[in-house]
Amino acid sequence: MSEILDFLLTETFWIAVLRIATPLILGTLGALVCERAGVLNLGIEGIMVAGAFSGWLAVYLGAPLWIGVLVAALTGAAFGLLHSLLTVQLALSQHVTGLGITLLASSLSYYAYRVAFPKVDTPPTIEAFGNLDALPVPVLQGLTPLTLLAFALVLSIGWLLMRTHFGLAIRMVGENPAAAEAQGIAVLPVRTAAVVLGSMLMAVGGAFLTLAAFNAFFFNMVNGRGWICIALVVFASWRPGKALLGAVLFAFFDALQLRLQQVDGGLFGFDLPYQIYLMLPYLLSILALVVVARRAAYPQALMRPYRKGER
Amino acid sequence: MRLERRERASRAAALTAPIAAIAVTLLFASSLVAIAGAPVGAAYASLLEGAFGSRFAISETLTRAVPLMLTGLAAAVAFRARFYNIGAEGQLYGGALAAVAVAGMADSMPAVPMPVLFVLMLLAAALTGALLLLGPAWLKTRLGVDEVVTTLLLNFVVLLFVSMMLDGPMKDPGAMGWPQSRALPYELELGRLLERTRLHSGLVYALGLAVLTGFMMRFTRFGFAVRAVGANARAAHFAGIRVQRTMLVVAMLSGALAGLAGAIEVAGRTTYVTLDMSPGYGYSGIVIAMLAALNPVGVVVAAIFVAGMFVGADGMSRAVAVPTFIADVIVAASLLAMLVATMLVHYRLRWR
Repeated sequence: MSEILDFLLTETFWIAVLRIATPLILGTLGALVCERAGVLNLGIEGIMVAGAFSGWLAVYLGAPLWIGVLVAALTGAAFGLLHSLLTVQLALSQHVTGLGITLLASSLSYYAYRVAFPKVDTPPTIEAFGNLDALPVPVLQGLTPLTLLAFALVLSIGWLLMRTHFGLAIRMVGENPAAAEAQGIAVLPVRTAAVVLGSMLMAVGGAFLTLAAFNAFFFNMVNGRGWICIALVVFASWRPGKALLGAVLFAFFDALQLRLQQVDGGLFGFDLPYQIYLMLPYLLSILALVVVARRAAYPQALMRPYRKGER
Repeated sequence: MRLERRERASRAAALTAPIAAIAVTLLFASSLVAIAGAPVGAAYASLLEGAFGSRFAISETLTRAVPLMLTGLAAAVAFRARFYNIGAEGQLYGGALAAVAVAGMADSMPAVPMPVLFVLMLLAAALTGALLLLGPAWLKTRLGVDEVVTTLLLNFVVLLFVSMMLDGPMKDPGAMGWPQSRALPYELELGRLLERTRLHSGLVYALGLAVLTGFMMRFTRFGFAVRAVGANARAAHFAGIRVQRTMLVVAMLSGALAGLAGAIEVAGRTTYVTLDMSPGYGYSGIVIAMLAALNPVGVVVAAIFVAGMFVGADGMSRAVAVPTFIADVIVAASLLAMLVATMLVHYRLRWR
């Protein structure tokens, strides 16, 4: 037990926590923005893959890292546009469309990867984001710029949602689109914009994996993080601040289980198979959903397509 | 752009919707083939040939279609009640593991005749699949927890559990360190339908289950309840249908079908459980269910189509240099195209 407390106090552990948290923060923020507007974006898993691949490919082809991030964001925007076309304009099932987008985005990314690199033994690598050695505070020095961007985005999205007219419009169309329409707000364009914005955030979250956490793209990279973000949004009661908290909390347990695998005797004095540790993040997400289920303050119009003139 | 409900959805339109969706999808995919630098005509020709061009090809397609039919049925049954079971992948692996576990007890129970053990094996798989979905179903009906996320996350958990079992208690000592389970005893395997091919009698089981499911959906009270709950749960409740109970039963049925898919795959194709025995059959099942408009008999046709895409893509990748992932793209795009096509059957698009 004391070994566990030992590494909890090390710098490397907390740097790892923030590194694991970054894609979760971005993904959760993205899903949050979409859901606040009333659209459940289940394309998140695929959009993260697509963001990871497109950002990485751009850098591999010679672009600077931040252009890679931009390319990833634009890829996310494209899939977000497709999603909103189907769910917002054509009022199709958000569940099925989201799953279709996940499948499409992932398979397109893998296909493009194979077309670009037909026969590779080891995945080709790029020069990823380095650490922020210039910063004064030691803990911050181990981070990458994208992690700081994630923190900045939490503040920005919070400010956007709560203090701007656009944010108010987003929240209104997510709670009561008919009332928003009566106030003169164009529901469909606002929802579309929210979904596109959210998808951009998700894609940047995916790009973090290839541009900062690792420096190559490989299959099954996202590995369920997108779905975990969907669970975290509920856990965060659709608030950006709580989303940050939830993501960091989750990352804490994820980093903890990684370390516990290496500690002899595990948590309880005997070695558990490593798969049990790997299960914990997913089980925790399900638990998080169950815990907040009763008190969940859903945006009232979530998953209800809006057809003008319909009651 | 506005959506206007049509007064009458024509039957002909409903039947041609999947075909139109697939045609649009193949058109889209041909652009991807062109980007890969391959000649489109030759590529599609090799796709068709790889899927249906020879006796062996057809047998491979049908073999591949068997688990897809079952996961497609699982999704179709659940989605009818608006219960989005995305956990078919995990339920498949759970069923496969349960089947092998029961079969492994053949040695310690010599008095039990093989046919009985075979039935027990299938029952164990079905039960495992059903129980795996019981949790998310209960969470949905009692606590309103979205079943999409819970079933999805459970997939990862189940796969890790299977990996744990294959590394430990259920590992095959004779497999030279490779994580796989012991093979099924020969007597418990499914028979071959066609010599010199891998086509096994699981196809008969799948077809039979499709017919049974279709009959149930159309002609029984329970099937009616399922369809009512899916159409409008509140109205069904006021009509006296026990919504929560119907959902739970439908969920267990769906899980059972997916579990059976795993058992039949093991008994017919692989004879042992490995971590890569399912290349996403659970997720493809969802696409198949949508392509079939949730119709159990349509699932059979859709499953053969999707299987043909995957098997044909293997042939295509050998003939021209197109990555096999084209099949995944085709399947995913056809899902979205089918959604739009189905909508167009019922609604008209009106520009301002």
